[in-house]
Amino acid sequence: MNRMALRNVVNTQTVALVGVLLLNWVLFPGFFRIEWQDGRLFGSLIDVLNRGAPVAILAIGMTPVIATKGVDLSVGAVMAMAGAVAASLVVAGYPAWIAVSGALALGLACGIWNGILVALLDIQPIIATLVLMVAGRGIAQLVTEGSIVTFSDPTLVFIGTGSFLGFPMPVVIAFALMVLVTLAVRKTAIGLFIEAVGVNRSAATLAGIRSRLLLIVVYSISGLCAATAGIIVAGDIRGADANNAGLWLELDAILAAVIGGASLLGGRFSIPMSVVGALIIQAMNTGILVSGFPPEFNLVVKAGMITLILMIQSPLAGHILGWFGRGKRGAAR
Amino acid sequence: MRASGAAMSIGKLGRSAVGESAFRMEARGVSKVFGAHRALDHVDFGLLPGEVHALLGENGAGKSTLIKILTGAYQPDGGEILVDGAPVVLNSPLHAQTFGIGTVYQEVNLLPNRSVAENLFLGHQPTRFGLVDRRRMERESRGLLARYGLDIDPGSELGLHSVAVQQIVAIARAVQLSGKVLILDEPTASLDRDEVRRLFEVIANLKREGLAIVFITHFLDQVFALADRVTILRNGKLVDTCRLDALTRTELVRKMLGKDISFSGSTSLKTERPTTEVLLNFENFGRRRSVRPFNLTVHKGEVIGVAGLLGSGRTEMARIMFGIDPADEGRATMKGAAIGLRSATEAIALGFGFCPEDRKADGILGELSVRENIVIALQGKLGWFRALNRDEQLDLAGQFGEAMDIRAASLDMPVKLLSGGNQQKVILARWLATDPAFLILDEPTRGIDVGAHAEIVRTINRLRDDGMALLVISSEIDEVVAYSSRVVVMRDREMVAELRGEDINPGVIVQAIATHGETAHHEAAT
Repeated sequence: MNRMALRNVVNTQTVALVGVLLLNWVLFPGFFRIEWQDGRLFGSLIDVLNRGAPVAILAIGMTPVIATKGVDLSVGAVMAMAGAVAASLVVAGYPAWIAVSGALALGLACGIWNGILVALLDIQPIIATLVLMVAGRGIAQLVTEGSIVTFSDPTLVFIGTGSFLGFPMPVVIAFALMVLVTLAVRKTAIGLFIEAVGVNRSAATLAGIRSRLLLIVVYSISGLCAATAGIIVAGDIRGADANNAGLWLELDAILAAVIGGASLLGGRFSIPMSVVGALIIQAMNTGILVSGFPPEFNLVVKAGMITLILMIQSPLAGHILGWFGRGKRGAAR
Repeated sequence: MRASGAAMSIGKLGRSAVGESAFRMEARGVSKVFGAHRALDHVDFGLLPGEVHALLGENGAGKSTLIKILTGAYQPDGGEILVDGAPVVLNSPLHAQTFGIGTVYQEVNLLPNRSVAENLFLGHQPTRFGLVDRRRMERESRGLLARYGLDIDPGSELGLHSVAVQQIVAIARAVQLSGKVLILDEPTASLDRDEVRRLFEVIANLKREGLAIVFITHFLDQVFALADRVTILRNGKLVDTCRLDALTRTELVRKMLGKDISFSGSTSLKTERPTTEVLLNFENFGRRRSVRPFNLTVHKGEVIGVAGLLGSGRTEMARIMFGIDPADEGRATMKGAAIGLRSATEAIALGFGFCPEDRKADGILGELSVRENIVIALQGKLGWFRALNRDEQLDLAGQFGEAMDIRAASLDMPVKLLSGGNQQKVILARWLATDPAFLILDEPTRGIDVGAHAEIVRTINRLRDDGMALLVISSEIDEVVAYSSRVVVMRDREMVAELRGEDINPGVIVQAIATHGETAHHEAAT
């Protein structure tokens, strides 16, 4: 009942995003100003989209994983590895498309590895992906030999900082991925199967779903998304920083998915709503910066806002909202 | 021996003559309700000192609920608990311990990485100057263990010993801490024959010392070997409490399974159909440590009933047929062609369907809608990329929901909000949507209301008449008789009888389930 009521109440995520944006506007009147310069858009709003893109991309991959009652802690480390591989390949003289393919192949391999640990060896996802979270950053450091590998390959730089139809490339890529993955799960039966496995893996398997293969695919998508985010972040700073690239971003991605309405107990999910969740997180980060608050406030304010959003989504609140919703609908009939 | 003799005479005198004080522990009219489900309904249970009292019943009979009430893990919704004639309220298992009630579970819940002595004394270690007196603890442990016939080093790690030894250590600890009542919840489930014997010696000794022992198992041999009295529960109600020496095996099984099963009359009305078309053939089909190899031929348009007690291998048989636990022996053919059956997906592709026994754990997708629950198996069969769109899903769900008479406010409501009977109908609808040739139903009518019950039995008959082959596992003998054209009987993980025609009547079935050893009907396994 809660879930149905919640879905009817406009949409917690969109309301929260609008709320945070309006708050930013109050604190910083120029927040909604967007300018056209040198063939691309500029402004705080665009900045939110641009800065939020890596976490949004991670959340696109993380959401199906969480819907299967799993979690992928390795995405931050996979970002670092993918950046390191892409940077090292272009520095070694390979063309950009090889660097990008190499980084994506690595992300795919990481995803398959996680999927095998979870699906075939039945290791708890949090532990299975913790392995790569720890080891991955080490591998990235080995690839970069401990230093920041800088490059100036125009294609990689374009992926991180270029623009398309006026929008920054990371935004374009994140949007394209969102549409692609959403269609891939919703226009096929994959989305239903993901939810079925997340709700009750045993029952789903008995109903004929190849749950092991499905889990491997889901973790692979997460790995690919993480690698994409890693390439973007590397392109943005024109270098691969094995120590800091993607650091703690797995937590933001999980948070984005949870704000987006996914439950860590598996089941229902919405990729667009998770992207909105990522934007809420970034809007708060940007808002605190532009409003002139000391950056020390950042984490505390963010934590407070997130607590508020999660409280609104909690079963208890859902119950209360459900009462109102039922009352209204009853009157309409 | 003397104590046990005394107990016997008390037992013969009966409750009213001796009065309440004879019972070491008593439950009077206890009830427990979970939501709309009445797990225990005014059950009386009396436990005498110096007796081993077996508690029997099929899944869902209320055994574990009663045990949890006796050990304080649950609070009864009605009735009262008395210890030595005085009413008590048991707040928790720890609290129950202070009244002398100890429990040992099937899975030993001690600390395998600590020493035997530490496990025996955990929480009440002997101390000296505020420190654990390890030497005294080990000395006392040695004495304690000797009383249980264990000659092991108390300083050794518990986990290094066999499950039987750990089980005995757990008993020693429970008796040490409580000392009046010992509840053994399926203690023999993971033991081999010699270990069981050893455990039984320990239990017999404790009985002689005057302890009141509750023994839960589903092995009837063990009940007859060990217990003095037995209490039988069915569907949350007390069936009977009686002495075992006054009871035959057949009578006991009859009490466990059904109302008043008469040996005459009520023979199956539909004599075996002259269906000649063989659908499936299982030859020497089996799986190690699951079900001994069996032979079974399944014809189109017949219902094969599977009878047997809990733990007899009936569910295991269904699971290997459906490929969940693939067979490691024998072969299966469908219309003459060899088939693999290595996974559920494979079985479904061949036109199999399976309604599992545990609806909640293996059947329903609780959070998902009725619609999604109905289409999931068909969608699984179609694969990942041929998705049924929402309208198609609604059509299917509406069509099969109506066929099964599912009472749901909306096809989009979460299936977990439906009643048990409607959930079962949803799972049946799920398989009917795949248009199966062979449907396996494991306890399809358990725990559902009368109306849904009748609907499901009607459906079974209708599907048979439409030419589908069904294998139906059920503890309800009357029901098996009513719809089966053949009945196979499972016992001790083996198919022990295949009954047809005149033999399909409750008396013969109960006889086949209960018969011990070599005297069983051996017309099976051709």
